[in-house]
Amino acid sequence: MRQYSRIEKRLLNDFQHGLPLSSTPFADIASELGVYETTVLENLQRLQTEGAISRVGAVFRPNRVGVSTLAAMAVPEDRLESVASIVNDFAEVNHNYERDHRFNLWFVAVAADEESLQATLKEIEDCAGFKVMDLPMEEDYFIDLGFKIPWT
Amino acid sequence: MDMRVIDSGFEKSLIEVISRGLPLVSRPYEAIAKQLGCSEAKVIEGIQRIIQRGDVKRFGVVVRHRELGYRANGMVVWDIPDDRIEELGHCIGRYDFVTLCYQRPRHQPDWPYNLFSMIHGRDKSDVRKQVELIIEQCELQQICYEILFSGRCFKQRGAIYSQTIDAIPQPRVVANG
Repeated sequence: MRQYSRIEKRLLNDFQHGLPLSSTPFADIASELGVYETTVLENLQRLQTEGAISRVGAVFRPNRVGVSTLAAMAVPEDRLESVASIVNDFAEVNHNYERDHRFNLWFVAVAADEESLQATLKEIEDCAGFKVMDLPMEEDYFIDLGFKIPWT
Repeated sequence: MDMRVIDSGFEKSLIEVISRGLPLVSRPYEAIAKQLGCSEAKVIEGIQRIIQRGDVKRFGVVVRHRELGYRANGMVVWDIPDDRIEELGHCIGRYDFVTLCYQRPRHQPDWPYNLFSMIHGRDKSDVRKQVELIIEQCELQQICYEILFSGRCFKQRGAIYSQTIDAIPQPRVVANG
């Protein structure tokens, strides 16, 4: 990780919430930081190109637009890559990753409604040949203050 | 006339656009308006409405922890007694290094855990230290838990709602943070 400038750190830390809904939100940020609007835009573009930020936009709550679930499978190690690739082929799966546990394949599936979500999980189970553990969110206890990056 | 029905197509497009990210230009809402064929004011009002409804968790800069040196991602799963889940869920969910804290169903006997919290750290020992802090301060010494560290990522996609939304041209794929 390279060293970030003061402006970059502030952009990464202080604007994870509440992007202004004015015509010129980046000019508003610029005046808060005491820099030109072009400086804000150039910095954000660079951070996005480098991958430090994925986007400037909205992160939606689960199950507000469509329904989603977290699912897990216990797959023998030597089958993991091939099963992961079967799961990846489903358009409803948007995130699929390994974790160091007996349940070693974890993925997030999204669908328009509960019925099609369950049908998708069943189809994944049939194609992959392993049982899918369905772990839908029941309650959100997260108090979101944004992720504060403790710069060292 | 039901305006909500008429507007739902517009709203879906707007949700798709803002979940993919704003164009980094001086007037991003105007640029979106041009793309969707409406006025800038309609875009801003639409986003306001979506946010006020509580559908949006965050609207701003979406950072990618891994790229910022936070290479360890631990999903900490806890077996919390049902009558204490609200109290302890709130206790764990308030730490700023916890980025998600959800109750999910148990699947006995394979899976006894009902609370899932996500912790990002510079490395695994960093995550373990944060878990120890939570255990001490929330008094979870009697609670069973496991830390599942993430390994290979097989798929990650930004626009996670495209499946539920009518097909609209998708210029690029943006990785999710």
